[in-house]
Amino acid sequence: MTESPATSAAALEIRDLDVVYEVRGIDRQVLRDVSFSIDRGESYGLVGESGCGKSTTALAIVQYLPSNGRVRGGTISIDGRDVVSLSSRELRRMRADAVGMVYQNPGAALNPSIRIGKQVTEVFTTSGVRDSEALAAARDVLVRVQIADPDSVLDRYPHQLSGGMQQRVLIAMALAKSPSLLILDEPTTGLDATVEAEVLDLIDQLQEEFETAVLFISHNLGVISKMCQRVGVLYAGQLVEEGPVEAVLHDPRHPYTVGLLRCIPRGGVRKDHGRLDTIPGFLPSVGDQPPGCIFADRCALAQELCRTEEPLLTTITHGHASRCHFHERAHELPREEAAELELPTVDRGVPPLVRFDDLGKVFRQRGQPVHALSGVTASIWPGETLGLVGESGSGKTTLARSLLGIVVPTTGTVTLEDDELAPGLAQRSRQEVRALQIVFQNPDSALNRRHTVSRILRRSLKKLAGLTGKAAEQRLRELMHSVRLAERYVSSRPAQLSGGLKQRVAIARAFAGEPLLVVCDEPTSALDVSVQAAILNLLVELQAERRVAYLFISHDLGVVRYLSDRIAVMYLGKLMELGSAEVVFGGPHHPYTEALLSAVPTIDGGGRARIKLMGEIPSAADPPSGCPFQTRCHRKVGEICDREEPPLLEVEDGHQLRCHIPIEELRRLQERDAVGV
Amino acid sequence: MGRFLLKRFGLALITLFLLSVIAFSSAQLLPGNVGRNVLGGFATPQAVAIYNRQLGLDRPVYVQYGSWISHFARGDLGESLEYKVSVGSLLGPALVNSLKLAALAFLICVPLSILGGVTAALRQNRFTDRAITITSLSLTSIPEFVTAIVLIVIFGVALKWLPVTAQAPPGSGFFVQIKYLLLPAFALTLVLFGYIARMARAGTIEALDADYTRTAYLKGVGKTTVIRKHVLRNSLLPTIAVIATQTGYLIGGLVVIEKIFNYPGIGQRIYIAAQNKDFTMLESGVLVIGVVYLVATLIADILYSVLNPRVRLGGEAE
Amino acid sequence: MNAAAAAESSLQPPSEASVARHETLLALARSKTFVVGILIVGFWIFWVIAGSSLTPHDPLAQSPSVLARPFGHYWFGTDTLGRDVFSRVLAGARGVMTVAPLAMLLGVTGGTVLGLITGYYRGVVDEGISRVIDAFLALPLIVIAVTVITAVGQSTVTLVIVIGVVFMPLVARTVRAAVLAERDLDYVQAAKLRGEHAPYIMFVEILPNIMGPIIVEATVRLGYAIFAVAGLTFLGFGVQPPSPDWALQISENYSLLAGGSYWWTVLFPALAVASLIVGVNLIADGLRQVLDT
Repeated sequence: MTESPATSAAALEIRDLDVVYEVRGIDRQVLRDVSFSIDRGESYGLVGESGCGKSTTALAIVQYLPSNGRVRGGTISIDGRDVVSLSSRELRRMRADAVGMVYQNPGAALNPSIRIGKQVTEVFTTSGVRDSEALAAARDVLVRVQIADPDSVLDRYPHQLSGGMQQRVLIAMALAKSPSLLILDEPTTGLDATVEAEVLDLIDQLQEEFETAVLFISHNLGVISKMCQRVGVLYAGQLVEEGPVEAVLHDPRHPYTVGLLRCIPRGGVRKDHGRLDTIPGFLPSVGDQPPGCIFADRCALAQELCRTEEPLLTTITHGHASRCHFHERAHELPREEAAELELPTVDRGVPPLVRFDDLGKVFRQRGQPVHALSGVTASIWPGETLGLVGESGSGKTTLARSLLGIVVPTTGTVTLEDDELAPGLAQRSRQEVRALQIVFQNPDSALNRRHTVSRILRRSLKKLAGLTGKAAEQRLRELMHSVRLAERYVSSRPAQLSGGLKQRVAIARAFAGEPLLVVCDEPTSALDVSVQAAILNLLVELQAERRVAYLFISHDLGVVRYLSDRIAVMYLGKLMELGSAEVVFGGPHHPYTEALLSAVPTIDGGGRARIKLMGEIPSAADPPSGCPFQTRCHRKVGEICDREEPPLLEVEDGHQLRCHIPIEELRRLQERDAVGV
Repeated sequence: MGRFLLKRFGLALITLFLLSVIAFSSAQLLPGNVGRNVLGGFATPQAVAIYNRQLGLDRPVYVQYGSWISHFARGDLGESLEYKVSVGSLLGPALVNSLKLAALAFLICVPLSILGGVTAALRQNRFTDRAITITSLSLTSIPEFVTAIVLIVIFGVALKWLPVTAQAPPGSGFFVQIKYLLLPAFALTLVLFGYIARMARAGTIEALDADYTRTAYLKGVGKTTVIRKHVLRNSLLPTIAVIATQTGYLIGGLVVIEKIFNYPGIGQRIYIAAQNKDFTMLESGVLVIGVVYLVATLIADILYSVLNPRVRLGGEAE
Repeated sequence: MNAAAAAESSLQPPSEASVARHETLLALARSKTFVVGILIVGFWIFWVIAGSSLTPHDPLAQSPSVLARPFGHYWFGTDTLGRDVFSRVLAGARGVMTVAPLAMLLGVTGGTVLGLITGYYRGVVDEGISRVIDAFLALPLIVIAVTVITAVGQSTVTLVIVIGVVFMPLVARTVRAAVLAERDLDYVQAAKLRGEHAPYIMFVEILPNIMGPIIVEATVRLGYAIFAVAGLTFLGFGVQPPSPDWALQISENYSLLAGGSYWWTVLFPALAVASLIVGVNLIADGLRQVLDT
């Protein structure tokens, strides 16, 4: 049964929602008193860190909570109908007709044993549409999500499609029946920046076409600010602030929102100036219910009242509400960290610490050669941070691994302090091994679950620094202190520590042998935003104290810009651009860098037009002729780009570029386009 | 898919070679000598030496192996030390008999255990699940000779529904033969049931929890359809792989079962050969069993690669 | 800067921290399957230790009261030689419980080492050893055991070695799978980047993390070992008479079942052997539930 869209009922209305999970006989409250509504054609963002309950909200709406979860109170209405009280038949109808849902990890969301065609037509056949009509409808809907060759896609199995393509198929299935509500739960996490941008644009466009209400769940405020009109901030299961996106992001009225926004690098702030701030303390355990405000323990503005009386959601202006007793003073929240830090400058007069000379690596995949790295030549100076940026297939991981000796390059050399490094780790001396260390992305897998912190660090001290006994004991304490790890954690196992604490242990381990360079491979991507800021600050401080160099890999351009002195941009195994952070970000820069920057959604938005790149990232097994970027370049000059690969040239002082277009011409073009926005 | 199968076949050949070495050497572990063992303690040394030379047992080990293997490949399995006839003529019909029994056991066991495992998974942690899990656990734990004896007592003696031997009188029709084979087949089934049911259960639970199952439900697809179309084909894939490996166990069980039911299959042949220290029979019998197992796993591999699109089509996305 | 550290130190970390070992033991104690299994196996272990000193009659002592019915003077009746079935059943665990655990230990130790090596090294080493393992798997335990025992002669040592050796490939398979899941984790990479050698990484880094599956596998193997010893004994290749071993009792007496009579000589030992294996499997299941998360 379909209701006409002109009905006065909101597409989604949630009132006083309480959701609990039963764990070992006890009910733990995951969502408390949550209320918001979304009209047709409107998009609402739900933002929060891990454990805040945003995914639970989505599951509650479609009544797909796990077996130990249930709605204890409140109402959820879609198009005016209460969802919780539906019979199973009615629930099925609702899921088929009124709600569409798109999740993270598109590969897992498609059945690996069934062809795409069958999975898409199923959306129609469950409502009784005949097979032949369903097939035509399926083809149509794939066209609408801008899939160029729908018949070929319909015929394939999920594993034969790329991640971006898979997500498009899922979006198509979700929107196929013109539902009233579309729920997206981190739909682009894990996708490359340029692919993400295209998917987000697609969602934007489709929302307009279908006039669907959109609930967009994400931890990424930049994406939310780009995609949504209104936003709700969830903290520990409660909605602490809600309002129009501009209002909440530029005039936040809850200390948590204020703190959160300060954790994110914005508008070109750098590590020495306009530093990231942190939120002290830890997220409360699930189901914890202190008497007063749930954020009081971590709030520097907290008063007696905050700990005894729970604040209600008070309206500030039209549509903007906050759950704080002192919301007018929220912006006065004192900083945890100093805004300025004196950092030593990098001395470029001395010889570089590390040199890559024409580094190349070819892998064999199914008989085909894959050029993961080609002709990479670069240097890193002592104490500097070189940011490494690129999408999947760019070669940045391979480059880091070649440096460390985990991967043996096919051509070229790596030099450390004027001595050529043995290509394989096993052949390197202990000095060389201790000089180059790494901090991994995932703190859960980076530490041995069965070893205590003490054992982990002592082992590193023994192997890398050659310390045992009393000397080791002392260094251990110093190390823990330097990463701000309380001494009482010394006999804990990783499972007992939070993500941020684990990462501190991992950092301490890397620094045990007084390294000269530490590779940071997405060190904060697996952490919550508030924890991320603390870790980044720690890395900066350690660098200031010990003059260690960083090779910093991240897909988060904001973080890279914040932290790096120089930035290298890679594409399909080749260096496209290398220069100081200001110049690479500010311009004039390589067309790929330009497109990459325009693809990343930022909170401050604006400033540059979205550059749509054509096609998908080419396969490294079959790279394009001439310039590797020419198949998608929006500034492609002409035939020369097809034929001839541009060399990496120094176009300005300290700025290298691989492009046929001269730098002055690039500057002119890019300035012209920026003005036109 | 072709590449995958070719690789598996190649590996199977290597395994076959190693198998033959194992089969051969385990029989050659005799610290004494064959001649002495066969002819007994009172035979003269000359008689023993002549006997050994006749059988070529004085040649170096690898020569013996080479000769044995080349004969085997040609179908000549040697001559039984006990019966003085070709091993092949004895093993052939025995193998056929055993295959009949094994096939029946499989036919009964596999559908039942898959049904049991899937049902348990669908009613996870509820009474049916616990009941099935505990039953299958208990059945797996009871040695097949115990189950066989209990079955005989109940069905063969007390209720007199089924015959207590497995060999139907010669010239019996198809269904009569099946009647005779039912009890031993059941005995074999019961032990296998637990293992396969557990695999099916685990595979189904994993499929039920998967993201793609959630996608199906959220499309509005009904529960039975989701299970039928989405869950089962993914949950049964690993189960198929497991079933093949159980053939090995099944054949081992044959030795005991065939003894109890007095059934002239390959298991009984091996048992008798062991009792008689008939090494030629023993070696060849063991190798034949190994070959049967390898063929079974190869068939399972083929089935798996046909059913799994990732393997069938290869071609991960760029 | 210090405010953050102080704040972090004063608040509890959010995870439900408790010493891992205690929690495991508690969870096991709460698992009904585990407890029942322990009770059953404990019962039989008691009788293995107590031996014939505590049985009502001497298990080997013959008496004129041949094939007496059960539930009378002799609780489980007597067999063809007038021996008390009840006492024999109680004493019958010894043979099995000496051989099986030893075989299991041999198999698990060897299998773990094999599994660690094949799982860690991959490549040629893995392929080569895996082929040998596959070859072993193709031959049923009973068949190999019968062959080897025929060749070498029957003894407890042979039994333990044959079963142990045949178990090694099976255990290696499971261990290998567990190792494969671990070796790509970052902490292994971190160890290599410290210059650790392969044996250190295998035994000090990886092994502690796969103890869960190994323990479960060991318990399952124990069940299979008992199973195998019983089967071999039944065929005459295992424990030898006049031991009151259960499988021997069954094989000695099952021909008497033809008329449906004298069932007690077979049923009670059968129940005993079944109960022991069920007990071991219950323990394995309980362990699996607790350790596999």
